[in-house]
Amino acid sequence: MQGMSPIVKNVTRLVAGFIALFGIYIVLYGHVTPGGGFAGGVILAGGLALVVLAFGEEFARKVLTHEAAQTADSLGAILFLLIALLGYAGGLFFTNLLPVGEVGKLFSAGIIAPCNVAIGIKVGAGLFGVFLALAAFRRAGAGSGGRTGMLEE
Amino acid sequence: MDPILLLLLVLLGFMLVGSLIAVETRDLLSSVICVGAVGFGTSLVFLLLGAPDLAVTQVVVEILVLVVLVRVVITRRDDAAMTSRATLPVGLVLLALGIMAAVVFGTLATADEGGLGMRPFGDPLLNERTEAAVMAPAGEEAPEGAPAEMPKSVGGAFLAHGLTEGQGSRGTGAANYVMGILLDYRAYDTLGEATVIFVAVLGAYAVLRKVGRIRHAGNVADR
Repeated sequence: MQGMSPIVKNVTRLVAGFIALFGIYIVLYGHVTPGGGFAGGVILAGGLALVVLAFGEEFARKVLTHEAAQTADSLGAILFLLIALLGYAGGLFFTNLLPVGEVGKLFSAGIIAPCNVAIGIKVGAGLFGVFLALAAFRRAGAGSGGRTGMLEE
Repeated sequence: MDPILLLLLVLLGFMLVGSLIAVETRDLLSSVICVGAVGFGTSLVFLLLGAPDLAVTQVVVEILVLVVLVRVVITRRDDAAMTSRATLPVGLVLLALGIMAAVVFGTLATADEGGLGMRPFGDPLLNERTEAAVMAPAGEEAPEGAPAEMPKSVGGAFLAHGLTEGQGSRGTGAANYVMGILLDYRAYDTLGEATVIFVAVLGAYAVLRKVGRIRHAGNVADR
């Protein structure tokens, strides 16, 4: 898979950044507007999937590997757990230690925003990894030129 | 008739037709696209019924799933090329064990000091009552006008904080009520859901990795 036509590639170059920006906005403002970590993470995964589909496997093999996705997935999960563990400083698991702040502002609602970020990383990387596993790196079987697996050793 | 209700009925009919076509059609690609149409109809229903969070999530998940399914259907490839690392770095394993120990220790330790901790079997949390100040979020006074004794439960705290004004959804400071519940009052649930997604991704990796495919390599070559 060599990627798609130059038209698709150029449109992807223009659009991918805005998709990522929208995903980050949805994650960061999860406690103010509808959305949150899960929805924003899926938007990020969709943007990454667009890049992989448009630019082809070679690009993905170098930049957006499934090992990077796995690592980010695990790091997001650990970050979420660490935020939860920080609650023990205030007595209980998941205690909302940070100041509540002013309702409707970005820096408000205590640990909810950091939790959203952690979930966004986790869900985005996880779903992108599943996309890579299911769609991008399925290789042609016998008849279209041998096995050139992504990570063959 | 209420226009919203009418719209809902139209959407419902659309989704029914889409589902039937998805089940009955012979073409796999048509089936996948019909499933996608049903998904978008579902998200519109969520939006009309006043659940924007759910609608946003439904739309984006539907798009991603549709892309993946169309991709899988139109390429028709048999072999997956994923390898799995056999070992993890020792540091990562130690970090994971440390976090696990911290969770277990913290849970058991706080039980002795009057924290929630682990409940004995048959002694539900909802029965316990405590002073109002205990349930106030960190750095806050107990809400005025609240009874001195409140249920020492998540639901009780939720209801008690409804008495305060100007603190977002029930004292969490979140303007979005859904997030206030998901990541404060019901953060344990969200942690469980995150674990579910994590395990599902692990399952996908395990099924699609190369090691699992070697046994079928002979079958693939025959076709």
